[in-house]
Amino acid sequence: MAAIEQQGAASGRPNREGGLSMRTRRLIWVWSFLAVPILFYVIIRFYPTFQAFYLSLTNWDLVRPPKLVWFANYIKLYKDPQFWKVFKNTFLYLIVGTPISLLLAFTIAYFLDRVRFMHNFIRALYFLPFLTTAAAMAWVWRWFYQPPPIGIINDVLAMVGIPQQPFIRSTGQALYSIMVTSIWAGLGFQIIIFMAGLRAIPNTFYEAARIDGLGEWAILRKITLPLLKPTTVFLVVFSSIGFLRIFDQVYNMTTNDPGGPLGSTKPLVLMIYQTAFNSYAMGYAAAQTVVLFTILLIVSLLQLWILREKK
Amino acid sequence: MRKAVLFAGLLAGFSTFAFNAAQAVEIEYWQYVFDTRVKAMDQLIVEFQKANPGITVKQVTFPYADYQTRVIAANMAGNAPDVMQLFYGWLDKFVAGGILQPLPKDAFPHDKIEKDFFPIVTAMKRDGEYYGLPTAVRSLALFYNKKLFTEAGLDPNSPPKTLDEYVAAAQKIAKLDGAGNIVVAGSTLDMGGQDHQWWREVLIRQFGGEPYKDGDTKVTYNNEAGLKALNFYTSLQLEKKIGKAGFMDEGQAAFRGGKAGMTIDGTFRLGSFKTIKDFEWGVTELPANAQGVRSNYASYFANGISAKTKGEELEASKKFLAYITSPAAMDIWLKTVGELPALRSAALTEANLKDPIYAPFLKGLEYSHTTLFKDELGQRQNAIDMVNRVLLEGQSTKDSLAQAAEAEQEMIDAAKP
Repeated sequence: MAAIEQQGAASGRPNREGGLSMRTRRLIWVWSFLAVPILFYVIIRFYPTFQAFYLSLTNWDLVRPPKLVWFANYIKLYKDPQFWKVFKNTFLYLIVGTPISLLLAFTIAYFLDRVRFMHNFIRALYFLPFLTTAAAMAWVWRWFYQPPPIGIINDVLAMVGIPQQPFIRSTGQALYSIMVTSIWAGLGFQIIIFMAGLRAIPNTFYEAARIDGLGEWAILRKITLPLLKPTTVFLVVFSSIGFLRIFDQVYNMTTNDPGGPLGSTKPLVLMIYQTAFNSYAMGYAAAQTVVLFTILLIVSLLQLWILREKK
Repeated sequence: MRKAVLFAGLLAGFSTFAFNAAQAVEIEYWQYVFDTRVKAMDQLIVEFQKANPGITVKQVTFPYADYQTRVIAANMAGNAPDVMQLFYGWLDKFVAGGILQPLPKDAFPHDKIEKDFFPIVTAMKRDGEYYGLPTAVRSLALFYNKKLFTEAGLDPNSPPKTLDEYVAAAQKIAKLDGAGNIVVAGSTLDMGGQDHQWWREVLIRQFGGEPYKDGDTKVTYNNEAGLKALNFYTSLQLEKKIGKAGFMDEGQAAFRGGKAGMTIDGTFRLGSFKTIKDFEWGVTELPANAQGVRSNYASYFANGISAKTKGEELEASKKFLAYITSPAAMDIWLKTVGELPALRSAALTEANLKDPIYAPFLKGLEYSHTTLFKDELGQRQNAIDMVNRVLLEGQSTKDSLAQAAEAEQEMIDAAKP
């Protein structure tokens, strides 16, 4: 393609703008187009990112010019008990949420793949929550979880004779109650991706395995799961990042006491939001953002590395 | 020829435009989005422009969650509004950031401000200068559901006057189901609502203490009085069982839904409660203690002038600010928004004092306190956590109070410029 253009340009337009060779001019031409998205990314993405690194070393509070305090924000963060609590919460969302959601999604996808009856309809039902606004969903669940007389879940529990549960009003259950809604919301997407992955495995492998007399369990273990690995890794990374960045569900389900009760549901992103836009401690919030960025980077790289290792 | 006519027309049009521009001043007014407030301000602007031809006021609004950030960012970018609304609790930040200018003394003499406005307006004073004036003020009162009062055998026309009567009435109204769950609450218990203000400025004082000292920079509630106040509050759920935190999600929702006999809330809730159709409700002053000591928490949004406003814009802004803090403007505000006039003369009129709804709030203003928050949301959260530690984790009130006092002091110290 490039060769053709070069020929066309050479014969069509004699080199009149003295000095510049054809090759240089073509490069300038190409780069002037590429410059637009690059410039856009540099200004919109990279500049603010580096700015955040710089801000994390200052005491900026929005109204006064930032003053360099070096690592004071990081030291404060290290000593802040609230940060460690939030850190623990964030990893609970990740470590408990990701495996459960993937296991559920795979199981459903695996069986849904074999269902012919109303297949599309069932799939659509699973996908529906993914299309709904997180805020709207969070509010519906918030009401589901209420104590009697208005909480549906507690009404059902009462009918089967199980004692009332406090759910989002308790420090022990709140985080898991919110996690459930988040898993439920992401399930549809994961099922669709898993099913696409399952369909991509050639049928001939299964036929060969069956002729060789392998059982269903062995087929699942030796053929389906290994061949599904790229899909699984994509979903693990995707879902992990989602849980590390969880915010909407928590914020909307606990608006009166954000991240509560007693900070038991607060994830890192919510702490960043509060530090930045409630306390206006921008420098401190930037330091927290850098920490979150580092965690996301490490977790993602680690997961990609694990994939490469076993390939 | 046609071209010449067109050109002449254009020229004429342009010159009239230029002439008008030389005479007219446009100033910008900012506040946050709240339907009735925006409508009231639209009305005030129309009235103001009628009286002051040559000045136009442009109202710009932002969602509440973004508002503060917008003002600060606009100020940094040099696009600050001329006149803006701000919560009294933001003043330290706004003054430190050089967002506001002191109100010019020629238009707003201090002795007149202090004589005419309710005393809580001094929360807008820093280093001998006033930085803003409110149109309206808000205070707390006890709302009660007359239907539930009647059903419980209480007189719907004599609501509780003291804390003891309040507890007794609430206990009569509260209903539990067989499993011990609350079905109807005697009174709402919602620290995330207005209860944290009630505890801080009312209960602590009624039990003989004082929440803060030295311009609200020293926490002074970690003592006998603070403990009694916290014990009283937490016992409402734990011992007297008149309600439960989180019942019907929010206190105001429980009251609105007719599932709570009483709730403590502010003037700003009137608009929402006025649409209740299922039952009649009344308002009374916050209960006094046994010795008759009363207290209240009052707050307000003030209007200030940007530090960057100068020249004829400043003159126009002064006129506009004077108008929106005049009795006429306050009357419009009261009728549209339901918030109480900030001027004594406009508030304590015979009609208002006879009004069964406004009167309790107005009486509350006379003995109210205004907390000078250093980190409003942080201090609120701290009070919520203090009660939650007792209710959810079984921590002793003494330890929880001590922990809260220490944490709040740290917060206040950290906010010092």
